[in-house]
Amino acid sequence: MKITEKDVAYVADLANLELTAAERAGMLRDLNSILGYIERLNQLDTSKVQPMAQVSGGLGVDQSKPGSEGFACASREDVVEGLRKSLPQDVALQNAPDADGTFFRVPKVIER
Amino acid sequence: MSSALTNLTIGDCRSLIEKREVTALSLAEEYYAHIENQDARIGAFLTLSKERALQQADRTDRMAVEGQLLPPLAGVPVAIKDVMSTRGVRTTAGSKSLATYIPAYDCTAVARLEAAGAVILGKTNCDEFAMGSSNENSAFGPVRNPRDRSRVPGGSSGGSAAAVAADMAVAALGSDTGGSIRQPASFCGVIGLMPTYGRVSRYGLIAFASSLDHIGPLTKTVKDAATILKTIAGRDPLDSTSADVRVPDYVAELEQPLGALKLGVAQEYFGEGLDDEVRHAVESAIDRLKSLGCEIVPLSLPHTAYAIPTYYIIATAEAASNLARYDGARYSFRAAGVKSLSEMYRRSRDQGFGAEVKRRIMLGTYALSAGYYEAYYLKAQKVRTLLARDFQEAFRKVDAIVTPTSPTAAFRLGEKSDDPLAMYLADIYTVTADLAGIPGISVPCGETQQKLPIGFQILGKHFDESTVLRIAHAYEQASQTAS
Repeated sequence: MKITEKDVAYVADLANLELTAAERAGMLRDLNSILGYIERLNQLDTSKVQPMAQVSGGLGVDQSKPGSEGFACASREDVVEGLRKSLPQDVALQNAPDADGTFFRVPKVIER
Repeated sequence: MSSALTNLTIGDCRSLIEKREVTALSLAEEYYAHIENQDARIGAFLTLSKERALQQADRTDRMAVEGQLLPPLAGVPVAIKDVMSTRGVRTTAGSKSLATYIPAYDCTAVARLEAAGAVILGKTNCDEFAMGSSNENSAFGPVRNPRDRSRVPGGSSGGSAAAVAADMAVAALGSDTGGSIRQPASFCGVIGLMPTYGRVSRYGLIAFASSLDHIGPLTKTVKDAATILKTIAGRDPLDSTSADVRVPDYVAELEQPLGALKLGVAQEYFGEGLDDEVRHAVESAIDRLKSLGCEIVPLSLPHTAYAIPTYYIIATAEAASNLARYDGARYSFRAAGVKSLSEMYRRSRDQGFGAEVKRRIMLGTYALSAGYYEAYYLKAQKVRTLLARDFQEAFRKVDAIVTPTSPTAAFRLGEKSDDPLAMYLADIYTVTADLAGIPGISVPCGETQQKLPIGFQILGKHFDESTVLRIAHAYEQASQTAS
């Protein structure tokens, strides 16, 4: 399954990247080389295998609570500033490329 | 000027300060002087956090003067890979997109080190967003291997490994997503430990691939790695994937006799592509472990050949999602002269990210895109299950598994930088543990004829760092006696 220049342009758009013409050509070559290598996964029959999204759902089991589900210890009270204080506004804006003291400032959103 | 003070272990530092033979302040200053002298040749550090370090050292000295009980890492000068957030200290992740970013909070692992008395010297260079195996993908230039400056230190925690190897820090923190602690440790001749997934909180770690990212130590001795792990491990409410599992006293457990441990040797890790000198050194290490009473059990991890393709789908898919946050709006680089919001996103990301990061975002986005999700992402998640099962089966028969850390010793700068696939294959023996979530350590086991360090890897069961460390410690002690 070779990818084409059209695919590269489509994926770049999805990823919010522009890429120069030279970058697109390099990307086409590299992605096809890597995807060619990845093809070897198709040698395996995985029709009866469950996918694994996390190392183990059991890692977070709370031993002190009988019947505790995976990551049970991750649940917490739904309260404002429960685990830590929110950042003050001026601190949160400190690294912004552009801000007006209250908000992040960006170019206009509506283009036409 | 590698004076006696710049070749210390954690235990040495603490006891010198406790006996008041040296102050934490003078120790920190000595390390800074050494960095000043050496680092122009190596490039290990991106930012020095002098003010914060000297304040912390001063606190320790006052405790020593008052005769207070010193914390376990009192006055120990450490370096932190620049993917871990440090309050008030620039944190770049090796990327132009974060070149001026100053976090407002600390990574939990950093906070725990500091609470235990460690002195944070500064932030170490790394591949951009930890994506690379040579440290050549840093936006701030490469790191050079202290053993041979024409060679790479490995990656992505190349700066952390080089800093420890060149005596510019007693210990360092690194992060490992596909081998990024263990491979540079082997290239630079130091210890590198990747703990079990969930053992150490990832809070404040700049995310690359969330289901694969681990924080761990790079040190000169196994005991130091155990000391650091003990300090940073354990449940953290700020990371919901950090595990609520008891943290043993790794240091105390080091001294327990090895007994008749069963060590697995998997044929798949000794096949085509393994350099002869590395093979020989690792086989000698296995012989030494045998002479220490371990039983060697040949075994097979049949899906090993599928680990690299699985990893490069899952890691890039997660990275494509995680790196969506660099939008040029809130804290990351914004391109100049942009006229609309969409132009701001695209141009800022185009100019802020380096070639390898863009390549991985593209690959991950493709693997997740409509029509390809099942063929790539879902397929890789299923193969990940098979890889994890290989280890489950193996650990029914053995207590730990011994392998080479990397197929070769350190390669030359530029040697693989034009061929992404060749670079990816440098991780062939390390990615499996990240995918399965099991702990692994790289331990030095000799040199090539060209005097380049070689490392071997010990992999263990989930949350069984104790056994991994105990084997590594016994090997280290035995090799020191032998040499």
